[in-house]
Amino acid sequence: MDRTPIINIKNVSAGYSPDKIILKNINFTVYKNDFIGIIGPNGGGKSTLLKVILGLLKPLNGEISYKEKSYNKVNIGYLPQINTIDKDFPIKVIDVVLSGLMNGNPFKRFSRPEKQKAIDLLSKMGLEKYQNNPISKLSGGQMQRVYLCRAIINNPELLILDEPNTYVDKNFEKELYQHLIELNQKMAILLVTHDIGTISSVVKTIACVNEKLHYHNSNIISEEVLKTYNCPFELITHGHIPHRVLDNH
Amino acid sequence: MQEIISLLGFSFFSNAVIAGLLTSIIAGIAGTYIVSRKIVFISGGITHASFGGIGLAYFLGLNPFFGAAVFAVLSALGIEWSTQKAQVREDSAIAILWSLGMAIGIIFVFLTPGYAPNLMSFLFGNILTVTTTDIITMLALTVLLIAGITLFYRLILYIAFDQEYTKTLGFNTTIVRYIISIIIALSIVMSIRVAGIILLLSLFTIPQAIANIFTHDFKKMIFISIAFSFLGVLTGLIGSYYFNLPSGAIIIFTLIIFWSILKVTIKLFRTH
Repeated sequence: MDRTPIINIKNVSAGYSPDKIILKNINFTVYKNDFIGIIGPNGGGKSTLLKVILGLLKPLNGEISYKEKSYNKVNIGYLPQINTIDKDFPIKVIDVVLSGLMNGNPFKRFSRPEKQKAIDLLSKMGLEKYQNNPISKLSGGQMQRVYLCRAIINNPELLILDEPNTYVDKNFEKELYQHLIELNQKMAILLVTHDIGTISSVVKTIACVNEKLHYHNSNIISEEVLKTYNCPFELITHGHIPHRVLDNH
Repeated sequence: MQEIISLLGFSFFSNAVIAGLLTSIIAGIAGTYIVSRKIVFISGGITHASFGGIGLAYFLGLNPFFGAAVFAVLSALGIEWSTQKAQVREDSAIAILWSLGMAIGIIFVFLTPGYAPNLMSFLFGNILTVTTTDIITMLALTVLLIAGITLFYRLILYIAFDQEYTKTLGFNTTIVRYIISIIIALSIVMSIRVAGIILLLSLFTIPQAIANIFTHDFKKMIFISIAFSFLGVLTGLIGSYYFNLPSGAIIIFTLIIFWSILKVTIKLFRTH
């Protein structure tokens, strides 16, 4: 794996108020072409970590350095949790995808090649016939794919996905992981998930976030690792294939 | 018909038509944003809070619209601030602001010696009393709105749709939202003349509800809303002239009739 760091997080603490710290002294590096699975209990700080990396939440302590010095220069694609979206909003599918190309330009107009790129991506996800439909016509799984298109249309160096497998049917889940493996050739991926069973076969490394962050430089989650780090997961081993771990809640 | 055309010869009537068109454009653009972002209740709070400004301006002998604008902008900023910080229960905060504004307005109107003759027109709207100064102010705001939505269309659309994501694209979405809320507050105040405080919000929501029957696209919703809004305003104008009723009430009545007819028609066509 290419060990060029893209993002370096040093002694970062974060939370929504100084007396309610969610992440404590986190050290974490994202390398080029990394594929990191982020696991951890609810409320453990997985989403908070993403917000810090995305620049949505200022850390209370510590520093984050990006490859290009400032946040705006690192091209990050982001797929948020789908339930934060208002599906009644009057917007067309293609316009959602195109928003990934805004690049901080408030006067942005989209060119024909840009629109074609959005259509190509939608076709790849099997959604080209919905391009001019309002998003309210889509199912949860289709919406996830639209979000994936939006996240990758600008060829990001880092793709961040916050629980992309919720509301997705099992068929698409497999397809989604195929897409991610393919995308990983070109970009680093940070994947927050509850579905540890599947991720250990897709990701390269695992980070467990539970107030602290424990980085595991392999995709095999051993019982020992989880015990050491207090990760509240139950472990089920399946022979020599990457181990399966299940949430015990 | 002949009579209506000859009415246009009167300045009060042609002023009213122009004011109606400008209000339709203002409400069409601002209303589409309000409806899409589901902040109708917030806008109701801003509208009613502006009455406090009208009362205070009356008492101090200032232009009531100036007072209304100050109160509307301050309450809009206050609501936007409280939603961004998310420390207050938003709906309660809005209800408090809503009634506080009305209470301040009523107190000052009562404290002002003499009778407040225009009070009714502030509450219910009177399109036939629009002055040339009003039209110039409305025109300025209309130009600002059209320029803003044309230049920043994509940014406004995406911030309304998904603020957090748009922030990750390198925009200071907080400042943009504050600016938009100021413009919305001004749009509300400029529509008081035509629709009145109590009825105004329907001008920002019913045309959008009608547009929603035809389209689910933000841009088209703006255009269709403006068209129906103007149709409603014209009908209201003629109605208020002939029956001597408040224009705001007739406009809303007309719009709701349009909406009902279209809804029923669409339903009938879909089932057959």
